[in-house]
Amino acid sequence: MTGSARLPILIAVIVLALLPLGATSNTLLNFMTFALIVALAAQGWNLLGGYGGQFSFGHAAFFGTGAYAMGLLQVRFGLNPWAAMPVAMLLGAAVGWAIGFLAFRARLRGAYFALVTLAFAEVFRILANAWAFTGAAAGLLVPLKLQAANMQFEDKRLFYWLVLAFVAGALVLTAELARSRFGARLVALRENEDAARALGVDTLRVKLAAITLSAGVTAAAGGLYAQKSLYLDAAIAYGPWISVDALLAPIVGGLGTVFGPLIGALALLGLGELSKMALGNLFGGAVPGIDLIVFGILLILAVAFAPRGLLGLFDRLIRRPRPAEGGEATP
Amino acid sequence: MTAPLLVVEDLTKRFGGLTAVDRAALTVRAGTIAGLIGPNGAGKTTLFAMISGFETPTSGAVRFEGRDVTALPAHQRTAAGIARTFQIVQPFAGLSVRENIAVGAYLRRAGRTEALAHADAVGRAVGLGPQLDRPAGEMTVAGRKRLELARALATDPKLLLLDEVLAGLNPSEIRDMIPVIRRIREGGVTILIVEHVMQAVMSLCDEVHVLAQGRMIASGPPLAVARDPAVMEAYLGHGAAARIAASARNPGAPDHA
Ligand SMILES: Nc1ncnc2c1ncn2[C@@H]1O[C@H](COP(=O)(O)OP(=O)(O)OP(=O)(O)O)[C@@H](O)[C@H]1O
Ligand SMILES: [Mg+2]
Repeated sequence: MTGSARLPILIAVIVLALLPLGATSNTLLNFMTFALIVALAAQGWNLLGGYGGQFSFGHAAFFGTGAYAMGLLQVRFGLNPWAAMPVAMLLGAAVGWAIGFLAFRARLRGAYFALVTLAFAEVFRILANAWAFTGAAAGLLVPLKLQAANMQFEDKRLFYWLVLAFVAGALVLTAELARSRFGARLVALRENEDAARALGVDTLRVKLAAITLSAGVTAAAGGLYAQKSLYLDAAIAYGPWISVDALLAPIVGGLGTVFGPLIGALALLGLGELSKMALGNLFGGAVPGIDLIVFGILLILAVAFAPRGLLGLFDRLIRRPRPAEGGEATP
Repeated sequence: MTAPLLVVEDLTKRFGGLTAVDRAALTVRAGTIAGLIGPNGAGKTTLFAMISGFETPTSGAVRFEGRDVTALPAHQRTAAGIARTFQIVQPFAGLSVRENIAVGAYLRRAGRTEALAHADAVGRAVGLGPQLDRPAGEMTVAGRKRLELARALATDPKLLLLDEVLAGLNPSEIRDMIPVIRRIREGGVTILIVEHVMQAVMSLCDEVHVLAQGRMIASGPPLAVARDPAVMEAYLGHGAAARIAASARNPGAPDHA
């Protein structure tokens, strides 16, 4: 993204912020809050996967760590959620660094890296499901206390705006990263790792920084999710669903772009929700798993017809000159 | 005589049972252009890989500016001032030419504006000015070779290792590239060049090293090396010496053995 990414970010955030003022439906607000949380998780994934080319299948490890940290710090340690949030992000980032250290130092790439991340997320899920400290199979309940000081709001719109603030922060972070030396190095190692090393890039260090940042952002999404639902279990926090959503949204929206994860998350979840409603009406009841079928179809369509995602498709349709991937452009 | 910038001491590289480089030694003096020639599979690229940190030698040492760099990883050797190009070009295909070069420029410049400005300057210096905004993946062979050169140059190296940057170019493109390489040396960069294009080797190099089957069989001024019977036998084959001598007398002739 160019320096002019600031204006699109501002516009997008304003439009999203105004949404709950016009539409007052509780269902819509709930959906949008959830979609933005997924978008945030996907923004985290995109930093590592989209810009760095390291495809993780296990971002649930970071999402779940953020979620459980948020819940446990409140329930077990009596910490205020506003204080718990940054700690949850740091813990998620630490888990990201540790997994990165093990995987990248062993020079795992491509499918091997993806499988290792998937395995870590599954191990965390199984542990959280068994350990009494995390509530085991019964899950973890965060007590209801509707106070702003407790990050619980009477007015649901406030929580939506809080999530939006995180998404906005991640948009700005991504745009800044894309224009920085770190971003250039990250994109370079995605394109060709040997060439990057030959140009003086410490690829291990850059990958470690990327996975740490990526995990921290996705952990924030987990923390917000915990605070939104006030209930967690292992299948929610460390379940493969979030690993899949976090990876699909940027692919559908546009890998390695500032807006890709947000657009992809809204498109994916929106279509999933619509198809649930449409088919529910048609068959006179819920059709379980229909959103997953829609995701699958969208993924196939994206890979076949829009390899650069929805953003790339728009680009092609309105025939703008192709912007450089990885976001660098002439100043 | 200037001080040696690069000293390669008895480098050996074995791949399983194959000895790709066998106790090869060479010295490159600061400010010169040295050539490394030898038949296909002689071990030239492997030797480059050991000098630049991409392969770990089985034995031997690499000294740069008097310091033993044998244990340094590749990116730290680049930081120390050793830059390389790849025989098989390795562009960042999804990025523009400018962004490709900027990755090199960032090595000694933290800011985007300075890095992009340096990338532009280096790009223009190697003749990529009109293509700076093009995606690297869409470049011609000649363009990609120039891009390899530009990226390495953008790291502000003291020593530039060029692995067949002229291979695959037509005679007129080669004639365009030779002055570019010469200007880089005039800018204070020492160059070690692997080349099969004899015309370029004869006209550019102050000293030539000949590798055959992993062994260094001759070193010296280009003309002396070209006349060395061992070189003729091992590398050039019968009758080639005459062609070399001819192209040395007439460096403009498009002769690539
Ligand atoms: N990674 C490797 N593993 C096994 N063998 C290798 C490896 N790299 C090179 N070799 C072998 O080592 C020998 C030297 O190869 P190298 O590429 O260094 O030769 P070269 O002089 O650069 O040849 P050319 O002129 O064709 O580029 C060859 O026999 C090659 O097959
Ligand atoms: Mg070679």
